Parts: sequence; structure tokens; C-alpha cells
Amino acid sequence: MERVPVLKIGDILLVSIQIDMEDQVALRLQEDLADKIVATGCHGVIIDISALDIVDSFVGRTLATIASISRVLDAETVVVGMRPAVAITLVELGLSLPGIRTALNVELGMELLAQERGEDETPVVPAS
Amino acid sequence: MTLSSDEVTRFSDLLKAHEEQLADAWTEIAVTSLRGRLSRAELRKQIGELQRGFQAALAGGATDLDGAESAELRALLSELSNTRARQGFTATETAISVYALKEALLAILDGREVADATTLRDYVAFSSFVDRAGLFTFDSYVRAREGLIADQAEQLLELSTPVVKLWEGVVAVPLVGTLDSARAQVVMERLLQTLVDTGSPYAIIDITGVLAVDTQVAQHILKTVVAARLMGAECIISGIRPQIAQTIVALGIEFGDIATKASLADALRHVLKLTDQKRQGR
Repeated sequence: MERVPVLKIGDILLVSIQIDMEDQVALRLQEDLADKIVATGCHGVIIDISALDIVDSFVGRTLATIASISRVLDAETVVVGMRPAVAITLVELGLSLPGIRTALNVELGMELLAQERGEDETPVVPAS
Repeated sequence: MTLSSDEVTRFSDLLKAHEEQLADAWTEIAVTSLRGRLSRAELRKQIGELQRGFQAALAGGATDLDGAESAELRALLSELSNTRARQGFTATETAISVYALKEALLAILDGREVADATTLRDYVAFSSFVDRAGLFTFDSYVRAREGLIADQAEQLLELSTPVVKLWEGVVAVPLVGTLDSARAQVVMERLLQTLVDTGSPYAIIDITGVLAVDTQVAQHILKTVVAARLMGAECIISGIRPQIAQTIVALGIEFGDIATKASLADALRHVLKLTDQKRQGR
């Protein structure tokens, strides 16, 4: 079965989906990511879907589940690079992917994560 | 109804024998319906061409208007209706220019010494041929007009949906005119594509030029905003005129947590403040 590679860059896990997201692949990715977050202790996950032509309701839900799982493990998830056609289709279907943070591209996604971590950590600094 | 070969010969002979006389009578009848919007000389030239078209088709043995022999005549007829449609003549005026041939024919047949049953039958046959030609003209006229309308609609679509870069990371769409489903779709696609191409995380939708906002238009705008959010960009709606604001409230349209500003300048200021905060937060 095909697998989606999970790359570790600094404090971030980068997932670039380059194959068709079949249900099994999506579920496998969900498991892999949970394992990797625990193993590496990363605080951010970026999922790049710029190569995906189709995002169906199952994939949409899986993305939401991944976001929830990583939040439990103290990692923020950002979905980046959604194509306009995909966004339009999702809106027409009434799927607004609640609970998922999005950014236009990987760079902006990393910026968003860095900013989030910065905000989270600022209250800690004066206390210490 | 098709012409018999005898009728074709007689029709052809008749046209040839009275060429000048027929064209003059034809022009005379047609020119009154055009009410001086086309000069007599010009009309005479057009009719002369048409008549030669008829003659050539009949000489080629055309028994109806659909055959290969009448191809040239058909081309002449559609050219006539195309130019007339573009010049703003009505369908009736265009068709009458062709139907006038019947009246002109009748005048010539009337002038004959002997009028018998054959003459009558001939006239009916000829006139049904001319009828077909007239209907064909009408069809081409409608097609030309439809083409004109489709072209204009497309031009309007192209013309009225620019996406402009306003600042580093900020794009704006000034919407103008009425926003129907087709245009809303084009606007949405353009905007989202520009967001991807430029990597701008902020978009301002300016509705100063939108004449009326109803639930449908609001729905389209909301969809665009939600789609942009899915892609990771934030939209701000600006240019809401007082009247539009009143309509929006009266209709009970909810923009939720989407930022709305009165003017484009306010929207830009809002976005710049947001990006500033971001930079300081880092």
C-alpha cells in the first residue's frame, strides 16, 4: 500500500500529499502522524495538499481528525496549499472544515506556526 | 415544398427576362420599409446581388433552398441578415427586404397578356421558394443577434472582474454592476487563483460599485470568503454604502465574523494593522 512520507524539519513535521488520497492511505497517515508526533516531540504539523485535485468528505474529516489528535498531543496543524477548485467544491458541498487552520503555502504555514508558538510561550517568560 | 424542374426553368427565365425591371420594383417595395435608413443606391446594390444569387441558384437547378446548388444564395442571405442585425434593423425590416421579391414578381406576372392556371401555380411555387429564403434570413438574423449578445456578455464578464494587488500581501477585487451566479463564479475563481499566485494572505472585496445587495449576492460573497478561508486567506468586505447597509440589516443577512468596512481605505488600514501585529508578535 502507498504511504505518505512524514518529514521532520526542526520543530515541524511536514507532510506533502502527492498521491490520490484513498481512504486507507488517509487512515494510515493519521496513524503515522500520531506516532511521529509522540516520537519526535514536534509542536507543529504542516499538511501540504497542493497536489490534490479532489478532497472528498472523508479526506476532509480525516484532516479534521488529524488536527484534533495533534492538538491533544500539543502540536498545531496547518493545512496548506489548497487549490481554488478544491476550496470552491468544499464550499458548494457545505464542508467548511471546522477546527482546521489553513495557509496559502508552506512558507506562510510555517510563519503561522511560529507565531502561534510565540504567542503561547510569551506568558511563560514573565512568570519564570 | 420543392420546385419541379419545369418550374425552376420558368422561374429562372422569368428572373432573367425581367432582370432590371424586377430589381427596380423590388428595391421600390423594400425601400419604403427601411424608412430611409439605407440609401436607395445601397439597397439597389444589395438587391442586385441577391437577385444574381437567386438566378445563379436556379440556373444551377436548385429545387429548394437546402441543396448544394443554393449554397451561394444561402451565404448571401445570411450575410445580408448579419449586416442588418449589426446595423440595428429589426427582423421584420430584414425579412421584408427578401419578401418584397414576391410582390415584385406578382407585378410582373400581372403585366403579362395571358394569365392562366399555370401562371397561378407558378406564382405559388415561386413564392414558397421565396418564403423559405425569407425564413432562412430570419433564422440567420436571430443567430447573428444571439451571437452579438453572447459576445457582449462575455466581454462584460472579462471587463468587470479585475483583481488588483493593493499592498504587499494584500489584493483587492472592486466589484462593479450586478452580481449574478455566473459572474460571482468568475470573481470567486479569479480571486482565489490570484491568492495562490501572489501568496497574499489578505483579500479585500470592495462592493462600492454593486448596485444592489440581495440575499443571493450576499450568499455569493459569503461563499467566496469561506473558500478563501479554507485556503488560508482572510477576506475583508469594504465599500458598503449606507443604503446597502440598511438593506443588509433589513434582509437579516449575517456576515458573522467577517470584517466589514465602510471604505476601501479603512479596509486597507485594518489589514495593515493586522500584519503589523503579526510582525510584532513574532
